[in-house]
Amino acid sequence: MHFNVRSALAIYQREMARAFRTAFQSILSPVLTTSLYFVVFGSVIGARMEPIGGVPYGAFIIPGLLMLTLLGETTSNASFGIYMPRFTGTIYELLSAPVGVAETLAGFVGAAMTKGLILAAIILATATFFVDYEIKYPLFAAFYIMLVAASFALFGFILGIWADSFEKLGIIPLLILTPLTFLGGTFYSIRDLPGPWDAIALANPIAFLVSGLRFSFYGVADVPIALSLGLTIGFLAVCTTVIAVIFRTGWRLRE
Amino acid sequence: MSEPILSIRGLTKTYANGPRALDNVDLDIRKGEIFALLGPNGAGKTTLIGAVCGLVRPSGGTMHAFGHDLARDWRRARARIGLVPQELSTDMFETVRRAVAYSQGLFGKPHDPARIEEILRSLSLWDKRDAQIRALSGGMKRRVLIAKALAHDPELLFLDEPTAGVDVELRKDMWQQIAALKQRGVTIILTTHYIEEAEEMADRVGIIQGGRILMVDEKSAMMERLGTTEAVIDLAAPLAALPPAIAGFPVELAEGGTRLVYRGGNGQGGGRAQVADLTQTLAREGIVYTSIDIHDSSLEDIFVGLLGHNQAEAA
Repeated sequence: MHFNVRSALAIYQREMARAFRTAFQSILSPVLTTSLYFVVFGSVIGARMEPIGGVPYGAFIIPGLLMLTLLGETTSNASFGIYMPRFTGTIYELLSAPVGVAETLAGFVGAAMTKGLILAAIILATATFFVDYEIKYPLFAAFYIMLVAASFALFGFILGIWADSFEKLGIIPLLILTPLTFLGGTFYSIRDLPGPWDAIALANPIAFLVSGLRFSFYGVADVPIALSLGLTIGFLAVCTTVIAVIFRTGWRLRE
Repeated sequence: MSEPILSIRGLTKTYANGPRALDNVDLDIRKGEIFALLGPNGAGKTTLIGAVCGLVRPSGGTMHAFGHDLARDWRRARARIGLVPQELSTDMFETVRRAVAYSQGLFGKPHDPARIEEILRSLSLWDKRDAQIRALSGGMKRRVLIAKALAHDPELLFLDEPTAGVDVELRKDMWQQIAALKQRGVTIILTTHYIEEAEEMADRVGIIQGGRILMVDEKSAMMERLGTTEAVIDLAAPLAALPPAIAGFPVELAEGGTRLVYRGGNGQGGGRAQVADLTQTLAREGIVYTSIDIHDSSLEDIFVGLLGHNQAEAA
């Protein structure tokens, strides 16, 4: 199969440039949001909370908060990245270029992974001002963050192709992703939920993501790490397949 | 004729919830020519361009560019094709230079700042190289789109309504730019509904309406075949009938014999010569005329006549 490295790089650099152009939105806003969560939940409420699974409450919520921001930012960023060219018409250039699904995704997803890592670094740096914590498996954490960023960049990409209005663009992150993340054990361990909610909570795929990231931080998790990894990779594969089909059929891209 | 740079056979496009936008289109484009696709709004010009450039999925037919099948070998073909769209679709917040560099990379070319400078200078955009595109005027934005389309040095360039919404001065300027591209060996296909534009620029003209190509020909041949000269000669005194001396000319009497109307010629000056001949004959015959009004038919007359004929046929 043919792969045009220069084209992929051009898309990657453009996506990165777009992020830096909107640095206020993409950097300052997560810092502010995360700081507020740490002040309220970490410092004020966290001081009155018991440690969960041997982890102090303030530190316990870090992976969940990181996941909350990562999912939201990655999804909306990627969806915006493909929706805007469709909206303004500049997509003509991508469609008329000698560029296939592989280069497009390499550019978009590669940029999303980079942005995910930068975002995580900013949030973790912000967290050090409020709580003490240590990451048990930092390399695995970085890998897992990139994996999640890649998956949700693909998901956002699908969203940006599906959406035909700004309202639809915002509705999935707002009405599905954020609630599921909140309910997915960001601020608590789903093991502590009373029955039957502990079982129901496992129907929430994001619970596996939060749990997976928490494992990489503290070595404790609500569900086996293999399950979290498998589910994330499975989601990545499903999204990639959907996008490949979209490109083959031209759905919402080529009339 | 050498192998066409672009060859289209039986191209058909039916939109999901619309009419047939392209109906069995056959078209061959020659290397190095400027081809004007002329037709009213909604004729299928943009759909035709979209089908070649990958924006529109054809419902049927085949297309070959540079000998590559566009359905299968699209990567190699598209790397050599450029497109300037009709809409001023630009990345508003990007700077001119970066936008052009992006296009260069996207089409798989190595970053070449010298080439970008050359392109921007040739389009009088160098002074604006670091300006955000949103700050530019409409004409400047159009040039940015051209610069982007040229960034990968395409051999075949599509210009969809290059002068739509552009004032007269800029239009002349755009024509010069297009002529300069032709000089460099770029094959150009432009769509327009300004007949003046096709008349000014094109080597060949294709007339399209309702998704069908009505006629393709050399502009000069089209003028010669369908062009006419009309001369209206007002006479000092009315004539009851055509005198035998001028009966051989394609003339008729009008306005109760006070006017002589000539319709003939070949759109290439033949008519004017014949009118000169006619006036000399009139003078010899002692027929006094008070005024002569000569008008050569333009591509516009041909176009309007052809479309009108086609519509009458369809009705």
